[in-house]
Amino acid sequence: MSGFVPAFEWQRVMVQPWTTDFALTGWIVLMGFLAGAACGVVGTYLLLRRMALVGDAISHSILFGLVAAFLVFREAGTLVMFGAAVVTGLLTVGIIEFIHRQSRVKPDAAICIAFTTLFAAGVVMLSAAEVSGPVHLDADCVLYGEIAFVPLDPPVEVFGFSLGPAAVVRIGAVLAGLLVLVTIFYKELLVTSFDPGLARSLGMRVAWWHYGLMAALSLVVVSVFEAVGAILAVAMLVVPPMFAAQLSDRLPVRLGLVFVHAALSSVIGYHLAVWLDCSPAGAMVVTGALLFVVAWMWSRPWRAPLV
Amino acid sequence: MKRVIWLVALLVVFMVMPCEAARIGAESGGDLTSRAARFFSLQDPSVRYALAGSVLLGISCGLMGAFLVVRKLALMGDALSHAVLPGVAVGFLWSMTKNPVAIFVGAVVAGLLGAAVVQWIQGTTRHREDAALGFVLSSFFGLGIVLVTMIQNQAGSAKGGLDKFMFGQAAAMGPADVWLLAGVTLLVLGAVIFWNKEYVVTSFDEGFARSMGLRVKFYHYSLMLLLAFAIVAALQAVGVVLVSAMLVIPAAAAYLLTDRMGSMLVLSAVFGMMAGATGAFFSFVGRSLPTGPFMVLAAAGLFVLALFFAPRHGIATRWWRGRSRVARIGRENTLKAIYQVLEDGGFQSEAADFGAVADRRRTTLHEVRHEVRALVRAGLATESGGEVSFTPEGWQRACEIVRNHRLWELYLTNAVQVAPDHVHDDAEVIEHVLGEETVRRLERRLNYARRDPHGKLIPGAADMGEAPRGAERVAGFGKEAR
Repeated sequence: MSGFVPAFEWQRVMVQPWTTDFALTGWIVLMGFLAGAACGVVGTYLLLRRMALVGDAISHSILFGLVAAFLVFREAGTLVMFGAAVVTGLLTVGIIEFIHRQSRVKPDAAICIAFTTLFAAGVVMLSAAEVSGPVHLDADCVLYGEIAFVPLDPPVEVFGFSLGPAAVVRIGAVLAGLLVLVTIFYKELLVTSFDPGLARSLGMRVAWWHYGLMAALSLVVVSVFEAVGAILAVAMLVVPPMFAAQLSDRLPVRLGLVFVHAALSSVIGYHLAVWLDCSPAGAMVVTGALLFVVAWMWSRPWRAPLV
Repeated sequence: MKRVIWLVALLVVFMVMPCEAARIGAESGGDLTSRAARFFSLQDPSVRYALAGSVLLGISCGLMGAFLVVRKLALMGDALSHAVLPGVAVGFLWSMTKNPVAIFVGAVVAGLLGAAVVQWIQGTTRHREDAALGFVLSSFFGLGIVLVTMIQNQAGSAKGGLDKFMFGQAAAMGPADVWLLAGVTLLVLGAVIFWNKEYVVTSFDEGFARSMGLRVKFYHYSLMLLLAFAIVAALQAVGVVLVSAMLVIPAAAAYLLTDRMGSMLVLSAVFGMMAGATGAFFSFVGRSLPTGPFMVLAAAGLFVLALFFAPRHGIATRWWRGRSRVARIGRENTLKAIYQVLEDGGFQSEAADFGAVADRRRTTLHEVRHEVRALVRAGLATESGGEVSFTPEGWQRACEIVRNHRLWELYLTNAVQVAPDHVHDDAEVIEHVLGEETVRRLERRLNYARRDPHGKLIPGAADMGEAPRGAERVAGFGKEAR
């Protein structure tokens, strides 16, 4: 047990990543930040709608869509991935609603049934595909991702100008699109999230916004899936909005705080990973959770009556 | 119930007895069919361990899952099963081997800590249950990943086997694992039997339980403890990620099939056993395949069957019931139309013309032909030369429907004071659902009246005996008509 935690060497942990290893560090930290920010923006709305665990469900079932699409199309291009993600996300929501409406199974059990079944089917197909030939995804990657491999992605070139590894460009584009949409449809998302009854009386199609949000969620999750895996994606969806909600009641401020949280947890988490020689994505999630705990303790919960 | 415990105990002893720990990896020969044959012959000790472990896991998870489903805590199972990962890693670190007891203790502590954090977040922040569960699930899992990857990256350490906890491999179970599972299953079974009444009451009506002086909190936390036991014991076979499925899916399938908690517990345990055995089979036959996903898919198959074909709540059975109800109402409406055609003719003839029936039903001749054919198939009418006449059963049923309709109209006008021209539509609906008992009471309430608000005759019991063959043969109708 002794010697399990490596010694903290300032040079190795704090300096080297930003000097000699900058090419690696930069992309990994950027990936972590973009992933945390994109997930956090969507997660803010999920949290308001009390649908945090639908995020859990979709981030698991995405695996099924990815593997199925790979087996059908025999390639893993961005368009195929995005299409598979949206279809699987809506399929998951559809299955949950079908079970919930058509039987007396409660929604929580319906969520659990839908995503575990799809995830299990995904894992089975994945192990069958591993037998038949090499696939991008492997079982470990499904759970906690391979953010360390992000810099090794083939770079995307536009007009002969190299933008960066494909995964980073993809999540960056998704985040940019997400921000544009949130700005344009700010009011609609606000009203449908806080007061669906009012939204309906104003003539908004609440169900469409719901499915739109689910589609956006699927896109975000699939873009971060390879980097952080199914379960750590849940942390990125849930923890930053919870952190922001501890500190502010205003939606714009919360959206801003999500970015702060993403940046802090990405940078600190990466250093933690270098120090402890562990999975960077896991370390980022742990840092994010600790940030929430700090914000939580800031409100002095021990004074509140324990329930 | 005691007998069940003894049976399970015997089963375990029988399966674990030969303690030479032959592992499946050692003997990898044979094609699919021979491996399947070896699985079913149960000669390999490793097959026995895998099968016993999976079956025991199915029982303990099925029992706990039944309470999770009725308490709407399904996602609590999900969160706890992820939250145990850091405990598994710490337990591994403690002994630096895959010592089941150390891992068990660490995981149970982590699971209980997770449950406490969920409660604490809900109690001290404005976050709802979903956020609290999501937080515990993902951040504990993140911590677990950090620890697991640290262990794996340490050169020279005995890192083998820890990744088996992710998706589970029943085939890698040894006697110690199976004994642990057996102990947990017995504990769960004993607690569920011993505190059956208390658990059921606190699950369905917390307020009532409190008013009876039951310590609701104690039973909640003891269930959580048992849940943590069941989850941790199942890890080796199904893995962290899919334990929640083994908790929820068999129980949800059982929930669709029964309304009694006792039979739900039994069914849930049986489904869990079936799913576990299927998973163990696939894990053995296809060597490198993880067990958990196959167990979950088997359980999901059972759930889908229950969802569609459950005798009372199934989608397909409900659809079929709805269809047959629609068909019955259609038949009854045709019978009524034929009766009315005959009545218009003063019961002089015993057969009704298709055209007249079609006029009555406000539909086409073609439709009427269809409907009459349905009546003939049901033995309610006979058809000859474009005319239809009742069989004795058909006549009785037609009388009942017309009686129901007219009685209800009369009841609405006389007893409820509805205007006579407003009662028809209501009677049109209720004529198909009034039972004999209600009809008797209506008749008594209306003093056995013979005329409805529109002056039409209400057929009584005396008229249903035989079909009219000309006015003089129908006693009741003949007298009233004069």
